[in-house]
Amino acid sequence: MAQINLNKIAHSYMKHPTGDSDYALKLIDNIWDDGGAYALLGPSGCGKTTLLNIISGLLVPSKGRILFDGKDVTDLPPEKRNIAQVFQFPVLYDTMSVFDNLAFPLRNRGFDEVSVKTRVLEIAEILELTPFLYKKAAGLAADAKQKISLGRGLVRSDVAAILFDEPLTVIDPNLKWQLRCKLKEIHEQLKLTLIYVTHDQVEALTFADKVVVMYEGEIVQIGTPQELFENPSHKFVGYFIGSPGMNFLPCKIDGNIAVIQDSHGVMIKNSTSTQSIGIPLNDSLSSLASKASGQLELGIRPLYLKVHSSAVKGGLKAKVKALQDHGNFKIITVTLAGHTLKARLDEQDNIGNEEVWLEFPVDWIRFFAKERLLK
Amino acid sequence: MNKWEDNKAWFLVLPVFVIVAFSAIIPLMTVVNYSIQDIFGPGERVFVGLEWFKEVLGDPRLHEALMRQFLFSGLVLLIEIPLGIGIALLMPKKGWGASLSLVLMALPLLIPWNVIGTIWIVFTRPDIGLLGSFINGMGIPFDHTASPTQAWITLMLMEVWHWTPLVVLLAYAGLRAIPEAYFQAAKIDGASAWAVFKYIQLPKMRGVLTIALLLRFMDSFLIYAEPFVLTGGGPGNTTTFLSIYLVKIAVGQFDLGPAAAFSLIYFLIILLLSWLFYQVLQNAGKGDA
Repeated sequence: MAQINLNKIAHSYMKHPTGDSDYALKLIDNIWDDGGAYALLGPSGCGKTTLLNIISGLLVPSKGRILFDGKDVTDLPPEKRNIAQVFQFPVLYDTMSVFDNLAFPLRNRGFDEVSVKTRVLEIAEILELTPFLYKKAAGLAADAKQKISLGRGLVRSDVAAILFDEPLTVIDPNLKWQLRCKLKEIHEQLKLTLIYVTHDQVEALTFADKVVVMYEGEIVQIGTPQELFENPSHKFVGYFIGSPGMNFLPCKIDGNIAVIQDSHGVMIKNSTSTQSIGIPLNDSLSSLASKASGQLELGIRPLYLKVHSSAVKGGLKAKVKALQDHGNFKIITVTLAGHTLKARLDEQDNIGNEEVWLEFPVDWIRFFAKERLLK
Repeated sequence: MNKWEDNKAWFLVLPVFVIVAFSAIIPLMTVVNYSIQDIFGPGERVFVGLEWFKEVLGDPRLHEALMRQFLFSGLVLLIEIPLGIGIALLMPKKGWGASLSLVLMALPLLIPWNVIGTIWIVFTRPDIGLLGSFINGMGIPFDHTASPTQAWITLMLMEVWHWTPLVVLLAYAGLRAIPEAYFQAAKIDGASAWAVFKYIQLPKMRGVLTIALLLRFMDSFLIYAEPFVLTGGGPGNTTTFLSIYLVKIAVGQFDLGPAAAFSLIYFLIILLLSWLFYQVLQNAGKGDA
């Protein structure tokens, strides 16, 4: 059980990295709490696995130090770090029984058979593997195999953190949920630091207390699922979290109005009048937005974008492009001044299929400049 | 599906039947035919029943050749399989070193078998051969045409040089197919290099090693060209293996009947032993499949 301190870590797979782009991990400087459940979330190739391997010791970072509970472990090999890792697919010793698989890390560390047996039986009980203990591990189903991989980490009582590298990839969808619950249960029972790599936002948000969103080798935000949803600190988090992702509109502040622009920064005029299209704001929002430097963008979650079938005060007229029924809700796609926006509707909402009026609630409007959230 | 379509399927596999018939079944039946007749000339043949089988099975020179053959194949497997695995484990995993060692390994396999024999005749000649004159130069008298022990050593060296690379290539392919995660997990579990070999590498190589073992057994049991060129079965009969003896009977003495009976017995021995090896190796892996 340990607090993990990533002290100015950077990593490049090249021997002589020159520019920023040669680094798979740009600067990472963070402290992760003891006993926390962290999810590392990001698209393929964002550096999640690299960071995980640095924590486990399979990789030595090009720059920076890594500390467990204040102790520098940067140069320690994996077996000396007291971490356990569960891989994407089950890694088992095929010729051994389940018992021997679980006992393997303990026997390698020279524990006597009595304490090995006590510990293995204890962990097998927690993981519900007791009925299979004396069967060969290779004959079991994928979820049981993945539990054994996890068990090999749990048997070591000195284990500081367990790292998961997309461990549910090969598991059937209905079992995924069970296994994730089991993980949460174990986390609460054993109070271990868990780090869970995934590119699946549902997995990340349901598993973790804190979600670490990574993008192009950087941590763009660490927060609770709610923080990520309501206040994404980077446009990428806005896109990546939530389904569908956040809507963005380039705009300019004019008094208490956010005037919508096209992608070249030119104001868009209404086709029927010469007036520009603007979204009404309140004082605090417009003063926040006017302080920004660079291109300003307005963001709003599809969940909070209000859609009306007739004109409302302050509402902006938009064209309907598509309507998708997801069973218990609908997603409507509209175009407003050349920009595509999505909004979530209730199942019973009846919306015309030609034009709608959009309302942007001021509480849910967020402003971004240079891709970062304005605070 | 109706009857007509069923029959059409037979028509489609007919070419394969024809090829197999001409390449395997008809020659085999000819041999069976020869083995139960005494042939004096075209059209002059007498049915002799199992006479040739009795003669061949009672032939002490065949017994000796068979024992030699078992010793030879046994040594081949004992040396080549562990050595092949060892070399495969030491070979570089990537980069130019990997390509280079693969090419070097493949070289002996690309040389025609009788050329291999010739190379080794020259290589081990006591007067001008690189190896032969070197050993003689050290004061050890060396001439594989005179000493049976030295003939065997030379043959084994040639065989190991020629065929270990096949085991290496198969084992190397097996090793490369093991996902990196296994080694990472073993590292985290604190496994020793020996444990990694025993619990990860060896079990994961079982499939390719079965094939390597079968191929090496069958090929070494059938060996002809290389010893024929290198020693001609001598000195005396000390390196006369089954196939060399068979050719002596069939072509040298033109005893087609006994030679045919001999061939069938030879064939059955190989079939039986290969089946046995396969069963043992398959069962070794059962329970975890």
